[in-house]
Amino acid sequence: MAKTARLTLFAPLLAIIFPSLPAFAQGDYRSGGKLLLTGGVTSVEGASGGGLATWSTIAGDETERGIGASASATWIETRDFGMTAFGGKIGLFDRVELSYARQRFDTNAAGAALGLGAGFAFGQDVFGAKLRLFGDAVYDQDRFLPQVSIAVQHKHANRGAVIGAIGGRDDSGTDYVLSATKIILDKSLVLGGAARLTKANQFGLLGFGGDRQGAATVQFEGSAGVLVSHKLLVGAEYRSKPDNLSFAQEDDAYDLFAAYALHRHLTVTAAYVDLGDIATVKAQRGFFLSMQAGF
Amino acid sequence: MLTMFLLLLASAQVSMTVPAGEEPVEPYVIQDSNAGATPYKTDRWFKAFHGQPGIDRIVESFMDRNIADPVIGEIFKNQDDVRIRRTLKEQICYLLGGGCAYTGRDMKGAHQNMGVQTADFNALVENLQWAMREEGIAFAAQNKLLAKLAPMKRDVVER
Repeated sequence: MAKTARLTLFAPLLAIIFPSLPAFAQGDYRSGGKLLLTGGVTSVEGASGGGLATWSTIAGDETERGIGASASATWIETRDFGMTAFGGKIGLFDRVELSYARQRFDTNAAGAALGLGAGFAFGQDVFGAKLRLFGDAVYDQDRFLPQVSIAVQHKHANRGAVIGAIGGRDDSGTDYVLSATKIILDKSLVLGGAARLTKANQFGLLGFGGDRQGAATVQFEGSAGVLVSHKLLVGAEYRSKPDNLSFAQEDDAYDLFAAYALHRHLTVTAAYVDLGDIATVKAQRGFFLSMQAGF
Repeated sequence: MLTMFLLLLASAQVSMTVPAGEEPVEPYVIQDSNAGATPYKTDRWFKAFHGQPGIDRIVESFMDRNIADPVIGEIFKNQDDVRIRRTLKEQICYLLGGGCAYTGRDMKGAHQNMGVQTADFNALVENLQWAMREEGIAFAAQNKLLAKLAPMKRDVVER
């Protein structure tokens, strides 16, 4: 009885999220079929997007009749720090995306100067879910309406003791992201914007909330790119970040990127990235390299 | 009212004259708006496509590739290949501001009961991109055409 009641509640919700589910149930499942690059590349948090900014794209090569997935590896190397992120994401019917990423932030030699010990590393797990709400970034070329998605990212950092010592309030937190992406084909442009409600210090690696600012704040992410060929997107991204900790000012981040589809199933993104000052260590600029393999 | 009806009948009659090599089709009203989008106001993009000879070459290689395509080739079986090629050439010329008249059916009518899915539409787009590259069309000009064609997915794809 209770089970039936739950099902009746659940079925309309499923029908709204996956309008093509009846077709799927009839055996019309179909893998692949998305246009090249329109599933996005991978953001540092493991969701489909650019390098730093969130896009409203859904990961994988699938259409509304299938399931897709991709795995990614990202390396960032600035003057004093190194960061890696490994992750995977699943795209369901080009409607829902589930993602996971494991980030590692290596303080290299600077760790000693910061009193943490040389080679001290911060880590973080990021679990993400994204839902495409409305609009189509690719096909709606006769409409102003962009593709809009909402996402939630739950993050858990592994250095609670250090986070507490530097004034961070929590070692886990949840970000909420509303993103809009639009391809303007007749100008060969890709534009994106996102608002993120977050408490994360340095993406969450240094915890959530702090002695200067404890509450969540709304941060902005923007990206603009030019389609140079059907395989190549070149652009820039900006991401503002909270400034919650009094011991060190946190800066906004920028990048200049090129995303290239080597193959339908393999995309490489290379970028010049400026993360600003990190934990009192000045001017962290360097390169960003990300590989994504998917179907 | 009667004039309207006679006009409709007259245009319907025009469509019933079958061009050489094509199969007869159900009568329909011939009008440029069947092309599914408004044309560019200059002939700049028509010229960027190397005029009508360029468009003709693109349509020929595009259709050859579609028919040979392992995924979407099946959709083109039992279709009037001669007619599709002719109307596609007209449609692209019209949309790019080349001044052609479009005499084909509207997008919904032309694709009725073909069972085209999003993945098929995308495969079609990628074949067209390939054909445009073969013809050496500048990427920005390619996107000018694709921008006109993209919203047609709503009428072409059957859910």
